[in-house]
Amino acid sequence: MTVSTTPPTSTGVTERQDSASTEKAAPILEARQVSLAYGDNEVVHSVDLTIPERNITAIIGPSGCGKSTLLRAFNRMNDFIPEFRSEGQILYRGDDLYASDIDPVEVRLRIGMVFQKPNPFPKSITKNVSWSPKLNGYKGDIDELVETSLQKAALWDEVKDRLQDSALGLSGGQQQRLCIARALAMEPEVILMDEPCSALDPASTARIEDLLYELRKRYTIVIVTHNMQQAARVSDHTAFFENGNLIEYGETDQVFTRPNQKRTEDYVSGRFG
Amino acid sequence: MSPQAADVPATPPRALGGTRSRHVSERVIEGVLLACAVLGVVTTISIALVLIIESSGFFADVSVWEFLFGTRWAPLIEPRSFGVLPLVCGTFLIVVGSALVAVPIGLASGIYLSEYATPKTRGIVKPTLEILAGIPTIVYGYFALTFITPLIQAVFPSTLVYNAASAAIVVGIMILPMVATICDDAIRAVPASLRHAGHALGSTKLEVTAQVVVPAALSGVIAAFVLAISRAIGETMAVSIAAGNSAKLTLNPLTSIQTMTAYIVQVGLGDAPAGTVEYKTIFAVGVLLFAITLVMNFIANRVLLRFRNRYE
Amino acid sequence: MSWTLKTQGGLARRRRKEKLFRVLCASLTWTAIVLLAVLLFHICRTGIGWLDWQFLTSFPSYDPKDAGLKAALFGTIWLIAMTAAISIPVGVAAAVWLEEYAGDGRFARFLALNIQNLAGVPSIVYGILGLAVFVRALRFGQSLLAGSLTMSLLILPVIIIAAREAIRAVPPSIRQAAFALGATRWQTTRHHVLPSALPGILTGVILAISRAIGETAPLIMVGAVAYVAFVPQGPTDSFSCLPIQIYNWTERPQAAFHELAAAGIIVLLVALLAMNAIAVWIRHRFSKEPR
Repeated sequence: MTVSTTPPTSTGVTERQDSASTEKAAPILEARQVSLAYGDNEVVHSVDLTIPERNITAIIGPSGCGKSTLLRAFNRMNDFIPEFRSEGQILYRGDDLYASDIDPVEVRLRIGMVFQKPNPFPKSITKNVSWSPKLNGYKGDIDELVETSLQKAALWDEVKDRLQDSALGLSGGQQQRLCIARALAMEPEVILMDEPCSALDPASTARIEDLLYELRKRYTIVIVTHNMQQAARVSDHTAFFENGNLIEYGETDQVFTRPNQKRTEDYVSGRFG
Repeated sequence: MSPQAADVPATPPRALGGTRSRHVSERVIEGVLLACAVLGVVTTISIALVLIIESSGFFADVSVWEFLFGTRWAPLIEPRSFGVLPLVCGTFLIVVGSALVAVPIGLASGIYLSEYATPKTRGIVKPTLEILAGIPTIVYGYFALTFITPLIQAVFPSTLVYNAASAAIVVGIMILPMVATICDDAIRAVPASLRHAGHALGSTKLEVTAQVVVPAALSGVIAAFVLAISRAIGETMAVSIAAGNSAKLTLNPLTSIQTMTAYIVQVGLGDAPAGTVEYKTIFAVGVLLFAITLVMNFIANRVLLRFRNRYE
Repeated sequence: MSWTLKTQGGLARRRRKEKLFRVLCASLTWTAIVLLAVLLFHICRTGIGWLDWQFLTSFPSYDPKDAGLKAALFGTIWLIAMTAAISIPVGVAAAVWLEEYAGDGRFARFLALNIQNLAGVPSIVYGILGLAVFVRALRFGQSLLAGSLTMSLLILPVIIIAAREAIRAVPPSIRQAAFALGATRWQTTRHHVLPSALPGILTGVILAISRAIGETAPLIMVGAVAYVAFVPQGPTDSFSCLPIQIYNWTERPQAAFHELAAAGIIVLLVALLAMNAIAVWIRHRFSKEPR
C-alpha cells in the first residue's frame, strides 16, 4: 500500500491513500431504508445498499424495476421531477444527501453521471470538457486538464488534432467517451453510469468496458446495466433488483455463480428478464 | 491490481454543505426573470383597470342600458345620443363581409394545402399566405380605397367613396391566411389512421376529406374562424380609411359606416382633453371592444387547446 | 356479364364531384395568390414614380412635389430602436422564467394564459392603454417614450411566445448533462440553453419587430403626429413615423398625395421584406446544425 502526495488541485490539497481494489473497501455511498416514489407510485422499496469505495458496483435487473431511479437518487437528479419523493437516507461519507442544508449542486460536483444516450454539448470538444471546471473557478492550466481528462477516457489519441471541432461530429462511442472525460474533468469521487453502453455498438462497448477497468483504480463507479454479461465482466459487486426491491447483493463472482436467492439464480441464468 | 505511481491521484474528499455566493446571485436572477414574466399579468390588469375606471366615469352620466341598446350614436353633436348600436352594427357588417371572403378561401386553402398540394405548390402558397398576413393593415386600407372601391363603383354606381363592402373585402383578405394556416394545421393533425379507415372502405378522397377528416378537425377549424373574426372585430386602420366615419344603423354594404375601432381612432386624432365626454367615450367603446375580443379569443384558444390535446 | 375494376356507374359521378371539389379548392387557393399579386402590382404602379432620393430626404409639405419621408423614416428608426431595447430583454427574460424556472404549477399556467390572451387583444386597445397611462397619467406626453412603451407592450406577448418555443426546442439531454456536472440552473440556461435557442429567438424577435413597424392605430392614440418638420433628438420628442405619414397622405383628397402614399408604402414593404428575409435566412442557416 503506497501513500502518495498529491500536487495541488483546484480545490485544496491533502493526502490520500490508494487502495488496491481487492482489499476490503470502505463504503463511500450508503442507502439506508430508501424508498423512492413518483407521486403515489412507489418504485423503490426500502433498499439498504452500500457502495464500496473505488470499486465497480453493478445494479442489474429486468427493465422498469427502479434501477435508474435509485441511481439518480445518488446525485439528486431526481429533484427535477416534480412528483418525486424519497424516504430513508442516502449517505455520502456519512452525510445525508437529502438533508435540508445540502446544496444539490455541491452533490453533483462530487458525484458525476454519464447518461444512457451520449449528450455532449453542441460545442467544441475542448469546450465540452473545460466548461464546468472553468465555471467552478479552476485555476490551473485548463488545456492540461482537458488533455488529462481525455487521456483518462481513452479518447485523447483520436481527437488530439481536432480539439476545436464540434463534439457532434464524433461517433456514438467517441461521444460517450467524451461524456466520460467531461465528468472526469470535475474530479468527482463517484461516477454514476446509467446503461452507458446500451446505445453503442459492441466495439465501442468493449472499449468503454476496458476504460472502466482502468478508472476503477481512482474512482468509485456505480453502473446500471441490463446486460448481465457486462456486469459479470466488469464489476466487483453486483446488486440484483426486481420490482423495486433489492433481492441480493454481494461480490459479483458469488452472485453469478452461487446466488443465495432463487430469483437471482433464475435471472442470471436467463430464465426471465 | 497494483496502483501505478504515475497516476495523478484523486481529489481529496470534500465536505458537503456550506453556502456559496452563487446562491444569492441565483436568487436575484430568478427574481428578475420572474418580474419580467409577471409583467404580462400586470399589463392585462392595467388594461382592464384603465378601461373600467375611465369608463365608469362615462357610465356615471350615461346609463349602461342607453349605451348598449340605444340606436343613435352622436356623442358630439347636439342633441347628444350615446347608443352604441350603430358602431356595433358597423363592426358586424365588416365581420360578416370579411367572413364571406375569408372563410371560403381560407378553408379551401387549408384543405388544399393539407390534402392536395404537392410540396412544390406548398412552397408557393405558404409563403404567399405568410406575406399576406404580414402586410400592415394600413396598406390594405389604402388598397381598399384606391383600388377596390373604384371597382365596386364600376359595378354598383350608387356606391359611396367610403363604403363598408370595400373595407370588408380587404379585411377578409387580411384574415384569410390565419384561417388557412390554422385549418391546415388542424387537418394535418388528424391521424393518418382515420383517413386509411375511410379509404379502406372504398370512399373517394373528397368523401374522406369532407366526411371524415374535416369533421374530425372541426373544433380546430371552428377555433380558426373564431380567432379570425376576433381579429376582424379589432381591425382598425383598414376600416378607418375605407369605410368612413358615419355611425349609422344599416345593413347596406355600399354606404359608409363607422366601426367601434374607427370611432376610437377618430377621437384619438382629435386629441380630446381629459375629462370631456369625448375623451370618456374612448373608454366606454374600448371596454366593449376589449370584452368582446377577450371572450372570443378565450373560447377559441380553449377549443384549440382541447383539440390539440386530443390528437397529440 | 363483364366484370371490371374501372370506374363505372355511381362511382363515376362521385369521381366527377371529387374532381370538381379539387378544382374548386385549388382555384380558391390561387385566388389568394392572385389577390396578393394584384395588390402589390397596383401599389408599385401607383407609387414607383415618386420614389427617388429627394423623396426619402425631404420633410412633409403641403405641396406634393416637395413632400418627403425624412421625418417619418427617422421617427420609425427611433421608435423601433427604443421599442426593441425595451421589449427584447423583458420578453426573453419572461420566456426564460416560464420555460426554465416555472414548472407546471397553476401560477405558471395562469401567466401563460394571460400572455396568450394579450396576444389577441386588438392593437388599438394597447393604444388606449398607452394614452391613459403613458401619455396622461405618467405625463410622458405625446413622445417617443410613450410611443415605444406602448409598442413594447404590444409586441411583448409575441416575443414571449416565440422565445418560449425556441427554448422549448432545446433538447432536455443538454440540460441534464449540464446539471450532472454541477451547474446551477442559471449557468445551464445562460451557457447552453440560450445559445442553442438563439436562432429561434432571433427569428421570433425580428418578426415581432416587423409587426411593430407597420402598426398605426396605437400610435395615433398616443399622439404621433403626421406633420413634423424635424427629426427626433431624444426620447421626449414628439415624432412621426412611416405608417402615420402614409395614413396622413391617404386621407388627403388629392390624387398626388395618394401616389405619395403608395411610394411610402413601397418603402415600408421593402423594409418589411428585408426583415423577413433576414429572419428566414437565420432560420435556414441555423437549422443545418453542425453534424
